[in-house]
Amino acid sequence: MSEAYIYDHARTPRGRGKPDGALHEVTALALAAAPLRALKQRNHLDPALVDDVVLGCVDPVGEAGGNIGRAAALVAGFGIGVPGLQINRFCASGLDAVNFAAAQIIAGQQQMALAGGAESMSRIGLGASGGAWASDPSIAIPAYFMPQGNSADLIATKYGFSRAAVDAYAVESQKRAAKAWSNGYFKSSIEPVKDINGLTILAHDEHMRPETSLESLGGLKPSFAVMADHGGFGAVALQAHPEIEAIHHVHHAGNSSGIVDGAAAVLLGSKAAGQSAGLKPRARIKAFANIGSDPALMLTGPVDVTKKLLKNAGMTIKDIDLFEVNEAFAAVVLRFIQAFDVDPALVNPNGGAIAMGHPLGATGAMILGTALDELERTNKSTALITLCIGAGMGTATIIERV
Amino acid sequence: MTSTLSDFTFTTDSDGVATLTWDAPGKSMNVFTDLTMGELGHAIDRIVADPSIKGCIIVSGKADSFSGGADIRMLAGLVDRSKENEKTLGADEANRIFFEESRKLSQLFRKLETCGKPFVAAINGICLGGAFELALACHYRVVSDNAKTRLGLPEIKIGIFPGAGGTQRVARLAHTADALIFMMKGEALKPNAALKLNLVHAVAPKEELVARAKEWILSVGNAIQPWDAEGFKLPSGPVYSKAGMMVWSPASALLRKDTNDNYPAAKALLQSVYEGLQLPMDAALRVESRYFAHILKGQVAHAMIRTLFVSMQALNKGARRPPNEPATTIKRIGVIGAGFMGSGIATVAALAGIEVVLIDRDQSSADRGKANANKVMTNNVAKGRATESEREAFLARITPTEDFGLLKNVDLVVEAVFEDPSVKAETIQKAEAAMPSSVVFASNTSTLPISELAHHFSRPVDFIGIHFFSPVDRMQLVEIIVGKQTGSKALAMAFDFVRKIGKTPIVVNDARGFFANRCVLNYLLEGHLMLQEGVPPAMIENAARMAGMPVGPLALSDEIAIDLIYKILKATKAALGPHAVNQVQESILNSMVENHHRLGRKSGGGFYDYPKDAPKRLWTGLTEFQSKQLDPETISVSDLKHRLLVTQALEAARSIEEGIVTDPREADVGAILGFGFAPYTGGPISMIDGIGPNRFVALCEALANQYGDRFLPNALLKKMAAAGEQFYS
Repeated sequence: MSEAYIYDHARTPRGRGKPDGALHEVTALALAAAPLRALKQRNHLDPALVDDVVLGCVDPVGEAGGNIGRAAALVAGFGIGVPGLQINRFCASGLDAVNFAAAQIIAGQQQMALAGGAESMSRIGLGASGGAWASDPSIAIPAYFMPQGNSADLIATKYGFSRAAVDAYAVESQKRAAKAWSNGYFKSSIEPVKDINGLTILAHDEHMRPETSLESLGGLKPSFAVMADHGGFGAVALQAHPEIEAIHHVHHAGNSSGIVDGAAAVLLGSKAAGQSAGLKPRARIKAFANIGSDPALMLTGPVDVTKKLLKNAGMTIKDIDLFEVNEAFAAVVLRFIQAFDVDPALVNPNGGAIAMGHPLGATGAMILGTALDELERTNKSTALITLCIGAGMGTATIIERV
Repeated sequence: MTSTLSDFTFTTDSDGVATLTWDAPGKSMNVFTDLTMGELGHAIDRIVADPSIKGCIIVSGKADSFSGGADIRMLAGLVDRSKENEKTLGADEANRIFFEESRKLSQLFRKLETCGKPFVAAINGICLGGAFELALACHYRVVSDNAKTRLGLPEIKIGIFPGAGGTQRVARLAHTADALIFMMKGEALKPNAALKLNLVHAVAPKEELVARAKEWILSVGNAIQPWDAEGFKLPSGPVYSKAGMMVWSPASALLRKDTNDNYPAAKALLQSVYEGLQLPMDAALRVESRYFAHILKGQVAHAMIRTLFVSMQALNKGARRPPNEPATTIKRIGVIGAGFMGSGIATVAALAGIEVVLIDRDQSSADRGKANANKVMTNNVAKGRATESEREAFLARITPTEDFGLLKNVDLVVEAVFEDPSVKAETIQKAEAAMPSSVVFASNTSTLPISELAHHFSRPVDFIGIHFFSPVDRMQLVEIIVGKQTGSKALAMAFDFVRKIGKTPIVVNDARGFFANRCVLNYLLEGHLMLQEGVPPAMIENAARMAGMPVGPLALSDEIAIDLIYKILKATKAALGPHAVNQVQESILNSMVENHHRLGRKSGGGFYDYPKDAPKRLWTGLTEFQSKQLDPETISVSDLKHRLLVTQALEAARSIEEGIVTDPREADVGAILGFGFAPYTGGPISMIDGIGPNRFVALCEALANQYGDRFLPNALLKKMAAAGEQFYS
């Protein structure tokens, strides 16, 4: 068995996922290609060394459909010899892409690969790929299908997170992200998106609202009450977790992840491949795991998968120096902190998707990169990266600096 | 040209328009039988073969109705035949034959709509189920504006769903959400509502139906259904579209909300529409047939058809009425006690055209009773269920008075005075002095033994209980309570009265709590015990609803009133000793009533709080009654559901063993109509049969082992389990 090392990673800034967002004019393909091209250029990569390009994409339809991995590799200049692949594990796709590539390397079947993800939510639209889960009664009924926001409110109700608690978490995410940006913590991984003339289209995360306060969030109405009451999903939640009398609707746009456009890529390889390319490894992929979790709660997979992963790796929660838990909704992270009783300061220290946005298929690769940068900055060793996933799943990866 | 089939008359006129008049001989209502299907098939062949025929009108020969749909017994018979086939031909072949047989009607209708000649359904009166599916397969539907005309697909109410193309055609005519609501509710539509949903083409006066139908055949006569035509578009667009997503993901959630996922037919209906809308018509119908065959063969359909159709119809027709008693005429009755129950009884009687002398201790109390009756009727008028002149006639039939003398020419007396033995005794004696010496006296008591009340009446043979449920105008069940000396004349009279007011009677022998209340009290007890054990109160209530009960036991306690439940418990204790009551329950009720004065909804608080402008919420003080607070993750919801249903089913089995109820049909119908016992089971006795007495006894023993001796199966059940017997043959 070989080891899989991380040699580099890059991401685009995240653009507001609406027609007035800066990256709306950038095609999904151009977006996906941007971090691939950046990694190739700044590492002077010889494409002949690259065995695969694996990209996560959650709504792979329209211009993002039909295997955007291969198209992006070609557009990024890797030449005809580098194949491409698109995978989909909903919100963890970007991390699963990394794990998928790492597995090939660990198995000795590939030597070097780029893995990441891309999502142009402003151009394709959230949920544009449809799927049976939400619409086909033969799965929607037994799986207690609910929109994610209803599941997030169910988690908050079940585990006792008040509106004040989720709002406080959101304010903290904004503060941490603002601080990280102003101190330049993301500098080495951000690759501005540029036009054909080399003019910058977007160089910063566009979704952030550093001025957010408990007062400003307090004025927002819960986003998911109407669907719960009129769409029948409130009843679904109570049938899945009947100890609850009524759902408390606490989530809104301000304490949920932002809808944004973005892409990210990670350069992975074996020790030998890194040597051939003249690169120094920054970290190794220590272990990873996937799990299915309660589909009604839907977003508690990070807890289940972390338990599984720690057990597989023979580690305890105390062995982890730093956590990146995707901020799909505030309650997801609060539940993770509650379940493992970890120091909140160690979880998402530089903010997360509530502040900066969640470009679905790309986020996993982005927060893996954020974790690695932070380990290096603080001179720590081990990080665990995990994301909650639609349909009730969890993916987690442990990385270790070398 | 005229030719006579048996169910149809076939005529053609000089313009080449054929008319099929459906008039099944000897029946008040047309229904689809094997014979009907065969004849309709032949008629289609003939119309196709005869070049002089341009098209065909289908009408009913019955004055007030088109047809009630398929013969449900024929459908049930298919299942029985398949079981026989399984023995002789093997499971696979039996399965194949059942599939073909169960889709015969569907294929007949497909043959009709693709035969190449235009068919028109001209509908007057009620047109339901398979008959409405026939109409949907016709190329044009014109319906009368008659007040009695109703169009509907009520199959879902008896555990099946429209299986003769109904799901596919409705969902290709109406918007998906409307189509689903129409079929899931099973409520029949008035003509204009059907027109609005696009389910019919025209509404016309009854006399013009045939002319309008003929005019369409001669002027348009398009024999291709929209869904078979080039370029057909679904009314709500494709399932997989933005609009489709907005319908389909809430559809599954709302189905779970409405059914708790207890009704396989509802799920199959939804699935048929979901899959069918993605297919061309022939494949869509085949998919619908596959689900229909599966549902028809299932236990839920079996039990629901039996209880809610076959048994209910039999009981409504007076299956248990003494056959030799001559029919009675009830023109005028006396109702004594004009309170909530009395005015309710007066209301339903007057609605049925019976004159009512409504007596109370003073004129103003009697007047209040009439005013309450007026409220119900005024509401009916407001909702378009009755006219103003009907309301006036209704009010004219009720005479409020304090004068017992007006009982001199009534055909029946019903008392609904305060539940106190001495008040009852005085009322009975006063009434007997004033009423004719041959007239039957009925008591609406819910707690006092009929045989004891009968002591106050000089003719106990003519004394009977007629136990209504509250609210009287909405509750369909009536328990007829037979005392020790009650004679068959009184029983027949009670039956005739209940039948006349359109309610469903069950016969119950005189015993504490009769039948329904015994089961309900067990249900409440189980809820109260769960509370004490430390089950989160919301989990008790949710589990009860998930088990199929309309109201959780804590909410029901509040509705009934906690002081009343406490009073019943104390009365039981006084009569049968301290071991006859549960001490845990006694202490909870005692504390609620005596310490907290929380008597239920009527006092503004009970197990729930009732804030003025918010939904009721479980009272946070309930923790006082909990020995500990269990972690919900450690509680088996399936156990909670079992306990809440089994305790009632067991009580029903005990009622049968003790001879309180003598017919399983009455226990089942009574439980569903009387207290909403999980309808998908077909009732408590059907539930036992469905599980199998053997396994049910094992389930009871397991529950007894874990939760207490109250779950120990009775001797009758153990005997049946050992002998491999069932309640229904």
